[in-house]
Amino acid sequence: MRITADTTVCISAGMCALTAPGVFDQGDDDGLVAVLLSEPSEELREAAAEAVRLCPSGALDIG
Amino acid sequence: MSRTTAPDSRSFPLQRQCPFAPPPEYERLRAEEPVSKARLPTGGTAWLVTRYEDVRTVLSSPVFSADGTRPGFPALLQGQAQVLQRPPFIRMDPPQHSFYRRMLIQEFTLKRIKTMRPGIQATVNGLLDDMLATTPPVDLVEAFALPVSSLVICQLLGVPYDDHEFFQSRSKVGVSGESTAEQFATALGELRAYMDGLITRKQQEPGDDLLSKLVTEQLEPAGELRRDELLMMCLMLLNAGHETTANMISLGTVALLEHPDQLAALQENPELLPDTIEELLRYLSIADLVTARIAAEDTELSGTRIRAGEGVIALLAAADWDPGVFPEPERLDVHRGNRHHVAFGYGVHQCLGQNLARVELEIVFSTLFRRIPTLRVAVPVDELPYKHGNLAYGIHALPVTW
Repeated sequence: MRITADTTVCISAGMCALTAPGVFDQGDDDGLVAVLLSEPSEELREAAAEAVRLCPSGALDIG
Repeated sequence: MSRTTAPDSRSFPLQRQCPFAPPPEYERLRAEEPVSKARLPTGGTAWLVTRYEDVRTVLSSPVFSADGTRPGFPALLQGQAQVLQRPPFIRMDPPQHSFYRRMLIQEFTLKRIKTMRPGIQATVNGLLDDMLATTPPVDLVEAFALPVSSLVICQLLGVPYDDHEFFQSRSKVGVSGESTAEQFATALGELRAYMDGLITRKQQEPGDDLLSKLVTEQLEPAGELRRDELLMMCLMLLNAGHETTANMISLGTVALLEHPDQLAALQENPELLPDTIEELLRYLSIADLVTARIAAEDTELSGTRIRAGEGVIALLAAADWDPGVFPEPERLDVHRGNRHHVAFGYGVHQCLGQNLARVELEIVFSTLFRRIPTLRVAVPVDELPYKHGNLAYGIHALPVTW
């Protein structure tokens, strides 16, 4: 599993950081997605995948 | 396959029977006619979209435009056409929409909202102290739901709370399905004049609030924001901030009281609070009617042909009660643990204030039932004055006792 984020698409909704706080964060000034763990460990994978599904803007990709 | 329905066969909004369930017709439409035409109260027609996946498609695809200035954009309220001539940014498409949204986002990130928790908790505590010092029955909307949401948004924006009676009464006209076009225009004019005066005051004496920040950093000539744009943006934030959250507080309170087993489960296990809030958001989906769009090009949705220029309404409550996605949707279940509801919309227009709303609701529902464990509705629930036909569903007044 490898997670990528497109900050040009991100709308700073914060759904990812709310759903998988160990994997995603929001920039202080712009709220844009920051990927903390692009290859999350086993126990974080379910939450990370859920965060990708919930992203309203389609900024996150999982490969 | 292409289906057609006589547009005058169905008038929108559809009627609810149970105050806590979407109109029963949604269920039939979802199963038999998932994209179906309806007559709007302002004249003209729009396609109603009732399946979860279709609603997500409409709200996230650029084929469906949010641009309120496009001819034929579906208006639900008399007088709304006036707003759509120069709409707030929620009725715009990217890149214009993104330009305005980005100005505001810093105040609505998870981290920023977290810093507001102690202030919101103190507000909730103070209002409950005052309420408990009175003799029941008390109107929970007037004494608690509206003041909580109004105080929070006023503080964030820098709008004097002392003016709340003024802007609440005008906002009420602006979201009511019963207002005439003239009443709507008068209320909007008064709100514009009020906000214009407030902008001038912030220019003279900027404070530590969002409106001051926008005036100082974004307003022309320092920034790129025109005064009328700032004005509409602030009115939209003020309205969205107090009206919707207040409705969630009042309806959510009744919903939990009507499901004592679910309320008991929450009280026994406070860790269920975030899931409870998500479930209340799904179950109530108060912004059901808000998400109007217009097709920017010819397209097809669940087998139905939609032509460029036709209005589309993505019904949020219909999506959030889609049994294919939420089994037994009529069951309020605090253990459901799902956050993929569309109560805040979906796509680039998803609610800017959603994380503020979540925190407000968490603090409200954890504190209200702890402080007043014997809280109950003072009249039969079926007789409460529900906001049928309003842009955001809610209750006008909620007499409670304890």
